[in-house]
Amino acid sequence: MTPIVRAEALRHVYSAGTPFEKVAIDGIDLSLTAGQLVGVIGHTGSGKSTFIQHLNGLLKPTSGAVYFEEQDIHRSKEATRDVRFSVGLVFQYPEYQLFEETVYKDIAFGPKNMKLSESEVDARVKEAAHFVGLPDELMELSPLELSGGQKRRIAIAGVIAMRPKVLILDEPTAGLDPGGCRDILQNILDYRSETGSAVLIVTHNMDDAARIADRLVVFNHGHIAFDGTPEAVFSHTKELMDIGLDVPQSARIAQALRERGVALPDSIYTPDQLFAAVQALRKGAGAC
Amino acid sequence: MLKDITLGQFFPGDSIAHRLDARCKLLLVVVYIAALFTAKGVVGYGLVILATVAMVAVSRIPPKALFRGLKPVVVIIVFTAVLNMFFTTGTPLVKLGPVTITQEGLIRAGAMVLRIMLLICGTFLLTYTTSPIALTDGMERLFNPLKKIKVPVHEMSMMMSMALRFIPTLIEETDKIMSAQKARGADFETGNLFQRAKALLPLLVPLFVSAFRRADDLAIAMESRCYHGGDGRTRMKQLKWKTRDTIAMLLGLALLAAVIGLRRFGL
Ligand SMILES: Nc1ncnc2c1ncn2[C@@H]1O[C@H](COP(=O)(O)OP(=O)(O)OP(=O)(O)O)[C@@H](O)[C@H]1O
Ligand SMILES: [Mg+2]
Repeated sequence: MTPIVRAEALRHVYSAGTPFEKVAIDGIDLSLTAGQLVGVIGHTGSGKSTFIQHLNGLLKPTSGAVYFEEQDIHRSKEATRDVRFSVGLVFQYPEYQLFEETVYKDIAFGPKNMKLSESEVDARVKEAAHFVGLPDELMELSPLELSGGQKRRIAIAGVIAMRPKVLILDEPTAGLDPGGCRDILQNILDYRSETGSAVLIVTHNMDDAARIADRLVVFNHGHIAFDGTPEAVFSHTKELMDIGLDVPQSARIAQALRERGVALPDSIYTPDQLFAAVQALRKGAGAC
Repeated sequence: MLKDITLGQFFPGDSIAHRLDARCKLLLVVVYIAALFTAKGVVGYGLVILATVAMVAVSRIPPKALFRGLKPVVVIIVFTAVLNMFFTTGTPLVKLGPVTITQEGLIRAGAMVLRIMLLICGTFLLTYTTSPIALTDGMERLFNPLKKIKVPVHEMSMMMSMALRFIPTLIEETDKIMSAQKARGADFETGNLFQRAKALLPLLVPLFVSAFRRADDLAIAMESRCYHGGDGRTRMKQLKWKTRDTIAMLLGLALLAAVIGLRRFGL
């Protein structure tokens, strides 16, 4: 399958030529295909946010290139701007970035910039608001009057309203209560299944990553350390812990058991798998 | 892109210039500016330029950084140069329709540009080599005598250090909000000046909201640590006047004296 977005040998240096110079990412190769749900994990400062801002052309790579549907996104200013409608990016803590007087206007900001007709804008705003579960009564309120979780949903709706082919979210569940987290993740899963878009989520929550992603990319000091199915990535429990990352609880328990001499397979990362493995072991023990 | 504004940003380092007492550097800047505006002839200017180059060398600040600092004021420099060039009477050199460029005008414009550039270099050397904390601390100590006539010196320096502390934060915040809006198709780069200014308007709302939120948080944090103004406060880093400060001061005064002397002879 041809990739929809492809990053090639991406390198980004902040404040080049000053004492504050910092290589944030280096040698990143990554492609996304339609319908994929990719989880990006990595410790604080490993370059995740820097990387995703390259995918919609907000940051220009120091070297390397990004292709959207096999065309360089920096070939012209107009092209870069157009790509932003197709590669939707929800920032970290987006609730601090709402600015319009009403919720409705804020969600409409993206579609309006796309120069859609008024009725089309209206339809998209309603659809997006409905999608993330914002009731109609909120639409005419000021975004500043709402709770943190509601603001986060408005911000996500503002990006979904552009119907991007690639949806990127930077830590969409950070700082939300478990119920709020579940709702937002469910919205994202629904968006993917309804539109067939590619989705990329940056997260620090390994259990979420294990549960929803079909592919995991692990960042470490600006490089990609692992890239593969959750099963393959979480089988490196020890290496992941060595680079200061967490693994899902089940993987952690399995690792602790392994260290105490229990012979468990490498690929455990969900409660079900752990349960099955332990049961298999007990059956085996019972047999002899 | 806003991050490229290095206006007065501190460049950490360990040169002699970095280690000088902040009070000494503040006074030196005053002396330097006095010398710069006293200089009249070629020799005087040459001396000031020489002193500036020496200071840059001593501070080990990359000259590139200084030139980048000059960028935001290019408009002002060009404007003054043009004004001086066209509106000085004297021996005409070129006639361009209604305006004439005179020899005196050209010289004056050149001198003006040189003066502004040196002025900026000198003051930037101060802020590049002095941390904002040391800088406000130095100012507070220099203005301390004014406390006798009830000038709130401590409060003013506190306000200034906070302002300096928050400039980078606000720039970062602006950058973030701009990025978020660009991600939804906002266009800050194309269009005429009016369109671009209009695109900036939606930035102000979230920026003010967050600035007020920050101010509030800071006030609460200070109050909950019992901050109550300058009386009896001690400092973690004491300013100490050393021999090298005295030497630097003497060198500065020597420059001023030399320039004044040269001016008498019209050099
Ligand atoms: N605007 C900037 N200017 C200079 N350096 C930056 C800038 N943004 C990020 N960095 C640096 O680049 C590195 C990567 O930062 P980035 O924000 O991409 O990390 P991250 O993986 O998203 O971290 P987190 O999980 O905390 O969000 C960090 O070391 C950071 O200090
Ligand atoms: Mg980040």
